[in-house]
Amino acid sequence: MQPKLLLLDDELIERILDEAYQLLLKPGVKVNNDEARDLLGTAGAQVDKETNVVKIPEQIVRKALESAPREFYLYDYEGNPTVKYGGDAVHFDPGSSGIAMLNPETLEHDTTETQHLIKLIKVAEQLAQYDAQSTAVVCHDVPQSIQDSYRLYLALLFSKKPIVTGAFTNKTVTEMIDMLAIMAGGYEQSKNKPRAIFDVCPAPPLIWSNFASGNLIALARAGIPAEIVSVPLSGAAAPVTMLGTVTQHTAECLAGITIHQLAKAGAPIVWGGAACIFDMKKGATPMGAVETAMLDCSYAQVAKSLNMPTHTYLGATDSKLVDAQAGLESGVTAMIGALSGINMISGSGMLDFLSCHSAEKLVIDAEGIAMAKRMLAGVKLHTETLATGFYDDKINFKGGDFLKQKITMKLFREEQHLPSNVINRDSMRDWKKAGSLDTFERAKLMVDDLLASYARPELDSAHVTQLHAFMLDLAKKAGVEELPTLEDFQFT
Amino acid sequence: MSENLEVLYKQMAQSIIEGEAEIAVELAQKSIELNMHPLDTITKGFVVGVNYIGDQFGAGEAFLPELVMAGEAMKAAVAVLEPELLKLGEAREMMGKVVLATVEGDIHEIGKTLVGTMLSASGFEVTDLGVDQSAEKIIGKAIEIDAQIIGMSALLTTTMVRQREVIEELDKEGLRPRIKVMVGGAPITRDWATKIKADGYSEDAVGAVKLAKELVGKADR
Repeated sequence: MQPKLLLLDDELIERILDEAYQLLLKPGVKVNNDEARDLLGTAGAQVDKETNVVKIPEQIVRKALESAPREFYLYDYEGNPTVKYGGDAVHFDPGSSGIAMLNPETLEHDTTETQHLIKLIKVAEQLAQYDAQSTAVVCHDVPQSIQDSYRLYLALLFSKKPIVTGAFTNKTVTEMIDMLAIMAGGYEQSKNKPRAIFDVCPAPPLIWSNFASGNLIALARAGIPAEIVSVPLSGAAAPVTMLGTVTQHTAECLAGITIHQLAKAGAPIVWGGAACIFDMKKGATPMGAVETAMLDCSYAQVAKSLNMPTHTYLGATDSKLVDAQAGLESGVTAMIGALSGINMISGSGMLDFLSCHSAEKLVIDAEGIAMAKRMLAGVKLHTETLATGFYDDKINFKGGDFLKQKITMKLFREEQHLPSNVINRDSMRDWKKAGSLDTFERAKLMVDDLLASYARPELDSAHVTQLHAFMLDLAKKAGVEELPTLEDFQFT
Repeated sequence: MSENLEVLYKQMAQSIIEGEAEIAVELAQKSIELNMHPLDTITKGFVVGVNYIGDQFGAGEAFLPELVMAGEAMKAAVAVLEPELLKLGEAREMMGKVVLATVEGDIHEIGKTLVGTMLSASGFEVTDLGVDQSAEKIIGKAIEIDAQIIGMSALLTTTMVRQREVIEELDKEGLRPRIKVMVGGAPITRDWATKIKADGYSEDAVGAVKLAKELVGKADR
């Protein structure tokens, strides 16, 4: 039995959906993209050409919901389905699009460049808790116009895992679809076994921007999965109440799914978000707040009532360092996300309102994820009798009796998560002998180990050459003659 | 060494590593049928497995159940081979005799039992008295079996002082250095061992074997 956290009863979910449908008519949704408005208008929505506000009737939305797939997979480089979107499957990936990285020595938030993203990819690649990579940080050492594509380029070169990515312009999303096709050996292959999913963000309240709508349409037509990341902020860009915020989130997702399915019925799309409260003291968007996690759990329940695949942003912290606040906010929210049965939970590794990444935090968060996954695995029935079968004639009424049982050796790994060295269970004496290291210091050591043990994935060299040529061409068009040198690769 | 023999030794080591007592016993019996020398069987076959799992445990790669099961498998295999050694008029070179006990007032013995298992597996003759043992009983047993080592555990800071009592009593009787004393348990530190004039201490069962070998002058080279 997979344990589950439920915050809403069926009646409330019905009311949320009912009011979300009402919001789609009044006030309607602002759609700042010509093609998206045309698609909606042709389908029967009422379009105001002055204000770009579209009133979307329920039946159009219901039709879109009918055609949206309830389940699909992301595939690794070898074509294995490793991430399931649908049902109560739970996966984690590092947070995306940070602009800084915690320097473990100076504790400064360094502006991110190529080396930082590569470091994060290398660490996440070797941690089984991360089922997918993300295009984790922006590389400021390449021109802005190619930064989206460049992040995906690095992920494709240094990883075999599926990739959660995104694009900030319509131009880059098209380029990135091309890059995925290069690595998959063709557009059909890339569509049939998608390697990546793209986050697409509406703007609260109830706005589908030009580039976000355009990305939805481009992705739908290419058959590459899209993940709606609706970000209502309770009390600022959404109603102050949780139920009000979840209702707005529902309306934003429904509008997005409608645009997406009108562009291409049956294309894969995910009900996701980074819903968040608005901190009334600092004007901040706290990702580590319990209310943020409660919003996510609630909207996931709404999605699940429609059997839609789900995504959220949890497992992050607002702390500036990898400290106690970071541990408790990341651990608690990752657990809530997991217990909510959310298919993809992004955010691990991140500090400071999703702006700063940390490789050390990634390895610590991996342990929080392992705890959450152990919790999800639940209390298992392994043996015919619960206990009586353990007490055979070899029992000596001694504490170590059960250590001598074959079944102990057989089952202890299934019953217990065996933590990495980041979690310390030494005796006081052993801990002192090992240097009295705190969690962060232990994480630094583990990051060093992972960087040392990393081996570049074996990729088809023709694909790699083609990908590099494609990227170099984009760079040249952006006005630079060379890409940053990658130590692990030698391009001619 | 013939290739078949090599394979057999490897299987023996593997049976210990996997904690498969039944397979270890079968292999021990097979070695007797093949007229292999029981000492070779132990030292070139089974002991290799015990040493391997001990190293793995030390490196954090193996876990307690694996360590214990390996020890149990070793004991089972040796039990089959020992009568054969006696028939040959030889005995496996006994590392030494050890009396183990958890001190008076303390009932925590999982660690001490592990030490016993690993010591037996490594060739010591172990008499484990169990928990809550007075100085008198521990020393009495050591004299009775002519033990070279007394090993004492304590989990509590309130009971660890009893280790000192045993040592003082041994000194009073003039039984040291004939009998060496090793101590262990969660609160036991090197400082404590030095303070109470123990001959050594260890933090885990694998280290205890190493220490015991040193104390009887048969340290691994």
